[in-house]
Amino acid sequence: MKILIIEDDLETAAYLTKAFREAGLNVDHASDGDSGYFLANENTYDVMVVDRMLPKRDGLSIISSLRDKGNETPVLILSALGQVDDRVTGLRAGGDDYLTKPYAFSELLARVEILGRRKGTRDTETGYRVGDLELDRLSHEVRRGGQIINLQPREYSLLEYLMNNAGQVVTRTMLLENVWDYHFDPQTNVIDVHISRLRAKIEKDFDGPLLHTIRGAGYILKVSE
Amino acid sequence: MQRLSVMLKTTAVRLSLLYLLMFVVSATVLVFYVSSKSEGLLRAQTERSIERELRGINNSYRNGGVNNVMRYIERRSRQPGSHLFIIASPTGEIIAGNVAEIAAGIFDKEGKINEPFDYKRFGDFDSEYTALAHVMQLPNGFKLLVGRDLDEPGRFSDLITNALITALAIMGVGALAIWFFVGRAALQRIDQMSVASEKIMAGDLSQRLPVMGAGDEFDRMSTSLNTMLERIERLNEGLRQVSDNIAHDLKTPLTRLRNRAEAALAGNKTSANYRDALEDMISESDHLIRIFSALLMISRVEAGSAAAQLSDLDLSAVALDAAELYEPAADEVGIKLLTDIDKDIKVNGSRELIGQTLSNLIDNAIKYADIDPDDDTKDDISVRGDAVISIKLKKHGKEMYLMVCDNGPGIPEDKHNDVIKRFVRLDKSRNKPGTGLGLSLVDAVMRMHGGSLKLSTTNARNKDNPGLTVTLIFPMKL
Repeated sequence: MKILIIEDDLETAAYLTKAFREAGLNVDHASDGDSGYFLANENTYDVMVVDRMLPKRDGLSIISSLRDKGNETPVLILSALGQVDDRVTGLRAGGDDYLTKPYAFSELLARVEILGRRKGTRDTETGYRVGDLELDRLSHEVRRGGQIINLQPREYSLLEYLMNNAGQVVTRTMLLENVWDYHFDPQTNVIDVHISRLRAKIEKDFDGPLLHTIRGAGYILKVSE
Repeated sequence: MQRLSVMLKTTAVRLSLLYLLMFVVSATVLVFYVSSKSEGLLRAQTERSIERELRGINNSYRNGGVNNVMRYIERRSRQPGSHLFIIASPTGEIIAGNVAEIAAGIFDKEGKINEPFDYKRFGDFDSEYTALAHVMQLPNGFKLLVGRDLDEPGRFSDLITNALITALAIMGVGALAIWFFVGRAALQRIDQMSVASEKIMAGDLSQRLPVMGAGDEFDRMSTSLNTMLERIERLNEGLRQVSDNIAHDLKTPLTRLRNRAEAALAGNKTSANYRDALEDMISESDHLIRIFSALLMISRVEAGSAAAQLSDLDLSAVALDAAELYEPAADEVGIKLLTDIDKDIKVNGSRELIGQTLSNLIDNAIKYADIDPDDDTKDDISVRGDAVISIKLKKHGKEMYLMVCDNGPGIPEDKHNDVIKRFVRLDKSRNKPGTGLGLSLVDAVMRMHGGSLKLSTTNARNKDNPGLTVTLIFPMKL
């Protein structure tokens, strides 16, 4: 996966570049708005990570210009402005995801990977399958090994999101944002408890774990090797 | 002199000057109108009285000829305030009469003389008098003039004019005096206000503008300005307190962070030791970040910039969502989370902010479910079996009550107001996780929604666990 980072703080940029490369990603870096916009036009990227406040040209204007030219590369906006209205402006300008500084790198990596994968979107599929776990998006039925599992509506949305991003790490904040549509930090382990309830339902009477905890990052739904 | 010029600039003086000007103009118009009317009236009267006299002369002529006329005139002219009578020769020389001298050419015409003319009286040769008259031809060629002095009616109109002018002058002087005193009183009030505001500008926010108790416009203005000053003073006080608290609450974790790094450098140089230290430092910085975000959020909400996000909101759904989000977490520590939520209660609000508010409250209720605020030793959540948190939503008249009730140890009633303040935590050692900003945020959010926050005791009869009820009061959607 090839990504472009537009970030003016050189230390942050160096850290991000190194960390993304260690995670196996191909990274380009631009340190101001103009050169970032130039690179985005010259090359094809899977994901762009754009700081909102940049010298020469601000992040949101880069994104809107790219979108106007038909460039649909997924963009993650990094910003120190973290209120709901800031997020809304960011997403309206054409951003696909919004992360408030300071952030954990694991959070950023998880989001970038999901954005990169989303290019060949699976949102339109009528169902998902991970191992012997199946989810039918039309009938809202969940089966494992052919046996129906009864889920509460929220558990269903949670599983749907996890299955849509199967094989990818999803963080607690991503779950809170996408399943509950809240953008604040709940401070306690509310999400963990929901996950363990879901895990009990899909794993307890069946063979093999599917929903794994990644320490310090989040969760991943996949067939264990 | 300068004072006078200041006074002339006051609104009161300017307004009264304007009124005076209008008054003078209308009074002058009135004077001219009255005097011209009365002049015309008096002249007509004079003419009528001359005609009457002429009729009398005619009658006496018919009764006894010229001699009779002479006697009639003789008698009439001696009466006080009499008419003017002149008998002149056919050439116009005065032969007899009660007039000393008369303007030339009067006798050339016959009949009514339309223009007033000058004449002189006996015994008063220096003054000129004016009169109206009628000249008639006597059968013997002599001419008879019957006239009436015009000065008397003139004096009357002079009298009216003088009276009006005097009245105007008195009124003008009175108005000036009143301005002077009223204007000076107003100026004094304003001077007192400026003195007070200068002190306030110099930084003494405890100063208040003087209120005389007269209930006039100055008092009303002072009162509302004082209310504003009170709010500013309170905000300022809050700000000072907050900066003190920020200093404390941010410096403490920063110090811990620094200490941890120092300790790691000085301690065992094993990678396991370093790893532990780094993990501690990350969680310490996360705590700092949380405080920062909460502070920023509160100030954003208080500044009202988030008000633009308010929209039609199904409060029932928000309450149910929050309960659903926290139910498993509460259940895990053995707390029952109950709901009693009326359907379809709508407010004008922000889902995100109210959601966060509820999340703060439920989180607090779980965190403090069975913690004695004076006992710092207990750190784990170890809950008794009957712990319950209930979330209720009711419509009550024109207000919506959203309540989070617990049956934990509660908060002493005298501290209910304190805990809403920033950084106030009853847990003195601050061992429980949290920023001490939760309820301040709730308070700010409620004020932004035009509502309020109320703390009360759930069940006062239960001495051990009276519980805390937090009520969010929303105004009805407009």
